[in-house]
Amino acid sequence: MTTLISPARKNPAARAIETLVKSRETGIVLALLMVLVVTTVRSPAFLVSTDGFRDLLLTPAIFVLLAIGQAMVIITRNIDLSVGSVVGLTAYLTGRLFVDFPGLPIPVAIIAGIALGALLGLINGALIACAKVPALVVTLGTLYIYRGVDVWWVGRKPINASDMPRDFLGFGVSSFLNIPTLAIIAALVLVAVGWYMRTTRGGRELYAIGSDPSAATLYGLRVAKRVILAFVACGALTGLAGVLFAARYGTVDSQAGTGFELISVAAAVVGGIAIFGGSGSVLGAAIGAVLLLTINRALPLLGVQDFWQQAVVGALILGAIALDRVLALRRFHKLIEIRDNAND
Amino acid sequence: MTDSSTSLHPAPSRSRAYPYYSSPAWKRFLLTREFAVVIALIIVAVGASTSIRKFSSPLTLGYLLLDATPILLIALPMTLILISAEIDLSVASIVGLSNVTLGALFDAGWPVELAALAALVLGILCGAINGLLVTVVGLPSLAVTIGTLALFRGIAVGILGTKSVVNFPEYWTTLTTSIFGKSGIPYVIVLVVILALAFVLLLHFTPFGRGIFAIGRNQEVAAFSGVKVQRTKFILFVLSGLVSALAGIYFTFRYGSARGDNAQGLELTVIAAVLLGGVSIFGGKGALHGVLAGVLLIGTLQSALRFVNVTSDVINIVVGALLVASIVSPSFFAWLKGKIPRAARERASKAPASRG
Repeated sequence: MTTLISPARKNPAARAIETLVKSRETGIVLALLMVLVVTTVRSPAFLVSTDGFRDLLLTPAIFVLLAIGQAMVIITRNIDLSVGSVVGLTAYLTGRLFVDFPGLPIPVAIIAGIALGALLGLINGALIACAKVPALVVTLGTLYIYRGVDVWWVGRKPINASDMPRDFLGFGVSSFLNIPTLAIIAALVLVAVGWYMRTTRGGRELYAIGSDPSAATLYGLRVAKRVILAFVACGALTGLAGVLFAARYGTVDSQAGTGFELISVAAAVVGGIAIFGGSGSVLGAAIGAVLLLTINRALPLLGVQDFWQQAVVGALILGAIALDRVLALRRFHKLIEIRDNAND
Repeated sequence: MTDSSTSLHPAPSRSRAYPYYSSPAWKRFLLTREFAVVIALIIVAVGASTSIRKFSSPLTLGYLLLDATPILLIALPMTLILISAEIDLSVASIVGLSNVTLGALFDAGWPVELAALAALVLGILCGAINGLLVTVVGLPSLAVTIGTLALFRGIAVGILGTKSVVNFPEYWTTLTTSIFGKSGIPYVIVLVVILALAFVLLLHFTPFGRGIFAIGRNQEVAAFSGVKVQRTKFILFVLSGLVSALAGIYFTFRYGSARGDNAQGLELTVIAAVLLGGVSIFGGKGALHGVLAGVLLIGTLQSALRFVNVTSDVINIVVGALLVASIVSPSFFAWLKGKIPRAARERASKAPASRG
């Protein structure tokens, strides 16, 4: 067995470099850098100007939050298709609170949005974990239900920028040391969740559940509890994204957030989260979101009409999952080879 | 721990029981999930036409069927795909792409029949792409079709941009929406019936169809039993692409327009209807009569609710709740079923113990 695992023989520096070269995140970062360089060469304002730099960080911030939440759920071999509707509901709640309670402190609105998101995630998670039914179907159902509630609630009263306090809207576009506040929030969340998923027992259990649910059950992990927690976390992050959506865009109608579920799943998949769970990192998913949104903004500057943006997203998803498959097959053959050599 | 070990290794029963075949034929046919959906459809239809004035008019029926047609069409191959434990989320994008192809080629001066043929060929191609990625490359269909959902829709939107094509030949648009006399049944239902019969034959009365069930139950066992697993799956995805393209052509003539964002989100309604019709998302279980009843149930319910001025948002809530209920209820009943005998067993096992 010693032939199988011998990392200790290499010195730490070589190992660190090897990890860096082999890690999935490096590939996405390289792709992102390539997009940035090519676009900046074509039109320097994309990166160098103040607005360009700000948009580069500001636009993906909301989707980074969605991608982190979605990644946590997909790692447990589930999926949350209801995120778009949850964004719509929580964004509208935020606006509604400011209309109904003028002078409401901003943190209260943020907490309310997160709480509603967590509640909606709890409904998803409880249905999935307790009734043991596939997340795909349940969240497809709640996608309808939450959007229906949203449309019914909004009625003919969409929220406009004039309904919300100027402080709140200013918060959506404000910066700290030239870095947009929303990007800072997304980065803080990324660090916290990344740390949780990488080092804590709870996070590792999510990976264990995703790689083999029945093994996790036999091992004695509390699968139902962890899965519910993953959905609650995803809901809470989506709720936060909804609040930030309201702050950033100022208008919330009944269709706010429609189709966001696709972007969040795409970001996670492009970022190296396997759709059948158990592998990938939230960092990858976050970079995936940044990559998708950056490509989105770069296409018009590269002379591609932005109608084609969705086709590019689709091609990226297919490319990413095909790449994963190739890498997995190669790893598999290598392990077989090592085993055969060891047996000889 | 004891609980999970007993469920994993059930004690071998002394006498073999075949619960399914031990009940009489009528019971096996009537006491099924599919039949429950049929009953629900009848109750909703009868209830709506007696309680809502003018609901039972041919006009209502005509519009109901015209609206349900694309869903009825796509639900047929979707049922087969779900039974084989795969999924196709890209159907609505193929509808959109076929819609746009037809429109763009017609706009470029092609005769409309030839443009429709090209759209069908493109649909087959789209299905083949899905099928190849799933069978040859070996990727999970959920991920593949999320990708092609974005890709095909993106191409559709890319081709036409914000443009839309109208002014399709009147012959085809009127033929598509025409209705048999005063019966309220549109011409296009003939097409639906023919296709439905073909799919029923294919799924329930051919070795190919039994192979689909076998794949859904256990792919490896199916392969060892001589089912050509990969070829079957590939054919299913191609069929799905073909029928979706057909639905796209119908969509074009029904609404007389071609736009990049047509039929967006239709895949959700189709999957909701198929699952409501008793097809298991885990594969290996389902029947087409249940699916057709499921589609019509959703259609009738939508139509009836619209008649009593319930807005589309509440209808969405109802559809979503139906979907969740239909998927949660089997586990709920199974849990209930397991609960009652277990409680009885526990009482029975405790009684002698306390005596001794």
